[in-house]
Amino acid sequence: MREFSDEELERYSRHIILQDVGIEGQEKIANAKVLVIGAGGLGSPVALYLAAAGVGEIGIVDGDVVDLSNLQRQVIHTTADVSVPKVLSAKAKMEAINPNIKVTVYQKFLDASNILDIVKGYDFVIDGTDNFSSKFLINDACILANVPYSHGGILRFGGQTMTIKPNESACYACVFDSPPPTNAIPTCSSAGILGAVAGMLGTIQAAEALKYIVGVGEPLYNRLLTFDAKTMNFRNVNFKKNPKCRVCGEHGITEIKDYEAVVCEAKL
Amino acid sequence: MKLTINGDAKEIKDGVSLPELLVIENVEQPDMVSVQLNDEFVRQDEHKSVVLKEGDEINFLYFMGGGA
Repeated sequence: MREFSDEELERYSRHIILQDVGIEGQEKIANAKVLVIGAGGLGSPVALYLAAAGVGEIGIVDGDVVDLSNLQRQVIHTTADVSVPKVLSAKAKMEAINPNIKVTVYQKFLDASNILDIVKGYDFVIDGTDNFSSKFLINDACILANVPYSHGGILRFGGQTMTIKPNESACYACVFDSPPPTNAIPTCSSAGILGAVAGMLGTIQAAEALKYIVGVGEPLYNRLLTFDAKTMNFRNVNFKKNPKCRVCGEHGITEIKDYEAVVCEAKL
Repeated sequence: MKLTINGDAKEIKDGVSLPELLVIENVEQPDMVSVQLNDEFVRQDEHKSVVLKEGDEINFLYFMGGGA
């Protein structure tokens, strides 16, 4: 149990008056540990909302520094942060919003040598990465470490997300099997991304994390939510866990390996 | 025949195979799309052998790798 101060009771009052959250739910949030992988387009809104929500411990991973071309969508960083490591820039904003939380920074990129040790220490993981080798690596690590996570992908005006509960719901590889070949799929840097679309998808991921922590509602298990901001059509595609899945199936993976480390580049 | 494609009811000529449907539907990179037929995923190497029939529900799921 955790005693909230008067300051915290007021700060979280709009959560606490929610029937499905209440003081118990807010305590769960305060006791939760969430890892945000990537402090970019998706990681920015996720980190801001999780910090504001009072998630007790938030880890944030990114090996990059802030670039001027990031600022159109990576709303946790400001013009003054250009050239600053993203994790440090992000930590400063998160602590400014909410000094009651603990932010742990990992100023590095994740690979097979370090991901399991980091992921193991958290209750929920957010994939906010920008390449398929990382997305599949996160999926593998979360399956092996039995840590639920939110997959997120964005491109141009569109987004997709699903929430994965290892060994219970379908995983990313149940749906997409393995990373596409290099250069096969356009990326945000080659094909563009509407900045607000990153915010739309990131806030969905943050809501999924909070729902999971509080234990309320129906997570995006066994379904991929896709949307097209041009038409504002949202769709859920339902599926089941694949018993023959390369990663989480009966003969799934037993150890972590790097995928070919490539950020797919332009084919427009 | 009537098919449901990505949630929309469509009239498609009888006897169309999955690769033919991918062309009809202007799917840009047929080898990069995850195809779901009546709730089951169809492996890439099985696309050719699939002939669609009245009432089939098909979803095309696309890779989205962005996030930063």
